[in-house]
Amino acid sequence: MGQLTPVIAGFIPLLDSAVLVAAKEIGFAEEEGIALKLVRETSWANIRDRVAVGHFDVAHMLAPMPIAATLNLTSLAVPMLAPMVLGLGGNAITVSTALWQNMLDEGADRNGDPASTGTAIANVVAARLKTGGSPLRFGVVHPFSGHAYELRHWLAAAEIDPDKDVEITVLPPQLMADALAARQLDGYCVGEPWNTAAVAAGTGRIVTYKQAIWPDSPEKVLGVTRKWAQASPDVLAALMRGMSKAADWCADLKNVDRLTGILSGPDYLACDPDLCSPALSGNMRFGATTSKTLPDFLSFSGGPAAAPSPAQGKWFYEQMVRWHQATFSAAAEAEVVRIFSPATYQAALNIDRLPSEKSIRLFDMVSL
Amino acid sequence: MSSGISILVIDDNKIRASIIEEGLRDAGHDAVILVHQMDGLVRQIADINPDVIVIDLENPNRDQLEHMFQVSRAVQRPIAMFVDKADSQSIEAAVDAGVSAYVVDGLKRERVKPILDMAVSRFNAFSKLSKELEDARTELADRKTIDRAKGILMKSKGLSEQAAYDLLRRTAMNQSRKIIDVAQSLVIASGLLGD
Repeated sequence: MGQLTPVIAGFIPLLDSAVLVAAKEIGFAEEEGIALKLVRETSWANIRDRVAVGHFDVAHMLAPMPIAATLNLTSLAVPMLAPMVLGLGGNAITVSTALWQNMLDEGADRNGDPASTGTAIANVVAARLKTGGSPLRFGVVHPFSGHAYELRHWLAAAEIDPDKDVEITVLPPQLMADALAARQLDGYCVGEPWNTAAVAAGTGRIVTYKQAIWPDSPEKVLGVTRKWAQASPDVLAALMRGMSKAADWCADLKNVDRLTGILSGPDYLACDPDLCSPALSGNMRFGATTSKTLPDFLSFSGGPAAAPSPAQGKWFYEQMVRWHQATFSAAAEAEVVRIFSPATYQAALNIDRLPSEKSIRLFDMVSL
Repeated sequence: MSSGISILVIDDNKIRASIIEEGLRDAGHDAVILVHQMDGLVRQIADINPDVIVIDLENPNRDQLEHMFQVSRAVQRPIAMFVDKADSQSIEAAVDAGVSAYVVDGLKRERVKPILDMAVSRFNAFSKLSKELEDARTELADRKTIDRAKGILMKSKGLSEQAAYDLLRRTAMNQSRKIIDVAQSLVIASGLLGD
């Protein structure tokens, strides 16, 4: 093999950076001729800025971010693509133990059924508003994130107005559990291990999760500028081939211990491995006494399953419109279809046909 | 002479924040406020009502800050990221230096650009200083390691200090390695084998 081509990737220390991390650490990127350099970042704003100015060739990004950047909804907006999905599921909604007690009094399901916990929290919110109590405060990691849309969908399905009946603020993921313990938040929606962190500390209770709200939905994507994708199509293709193998490796349960060890290490999450293993092994703890086996809580997969789909992109765009972050236009929607097009990934992996696109089905209250 | 522009500097690094403050004051900006703590930032920003906010990129709260600018009723005037309006060179210089700036809408670019330029140059100066300090520390540590390696050779081979150093240097040259690397190997090996 000739000389390796360097690729610099920015990432946020979360479990779903696993595919990029494994591509580097287990050697899948190198097998494809790529010298992958990973740079840990402290905020999604930094990821966005450093991709825009070209410090990073590619990045671990919240799925809606390439859309927001392309549609000029954020600062330093540049046209982007989301050519590959890095993981499905992985988020959860956690509330303080005090709020959980109130929800239990309203009959909340202990196993995370979103319709039941949604009804319970709606009753708590209604009672609070009636007695003039302060609105509940929830945290999400970014306004343009699956977390924000999942939380809003769950609340709105229970007829809570997320913009009027509660307050939604933005906090970095690693600070969520502390903010909950300090009573600065009543709940939050975040990726792992930051739900488990509050459960382990005894300060939080998981009430529902992404996989229950929107099954098998994309959470993070590989984000690239269109400029870079056009200038380096072969490098991008090679990188995605390596990442596809890395994703299959991450999905193999026999590699969980090794993956847990790598991700919890000082270069990545730098945390207690016990916080990483529940989501990686699918043995989630929702609270002090409730555990649940959820193999698909957070799932990785290479091959056809990692191809983005235009329907997914459109759902994120619909949420931007629904929550007044964007105004609808057919031209913008056409852009979104382009951003989430599977064509680049299919070509790189030589996938002729993808399974036909499933319609997007989220939980709603009648599905109880 | 006062510029009439109030500037909020958010930086966990107190020394760097002071260096920026000094630069801005020297340039005629009297209203410079430093914030090291993110707790209650919304309140603080509402109270201070700054025209310009300078923040270091290492700060994990940038997403929160940007969200606040978009939706918060606490911020009275719309704030945009300065670099949106700047040329691409300014953008790169700021991100390279590790700093970002936000300004209230309507402030003229030529009034704000010198502030960002100042922040960028002070950030760069601080990085350079930090690197020099780090280099000096490493150099000191290297010298100690080489001294220990020399000591080991003097004791085990009965060499003079100069002869011990010459042996280290010759070994390094023959193996195309640095003296410090040879010295480190020797110190480790000696530790493993016992003196």
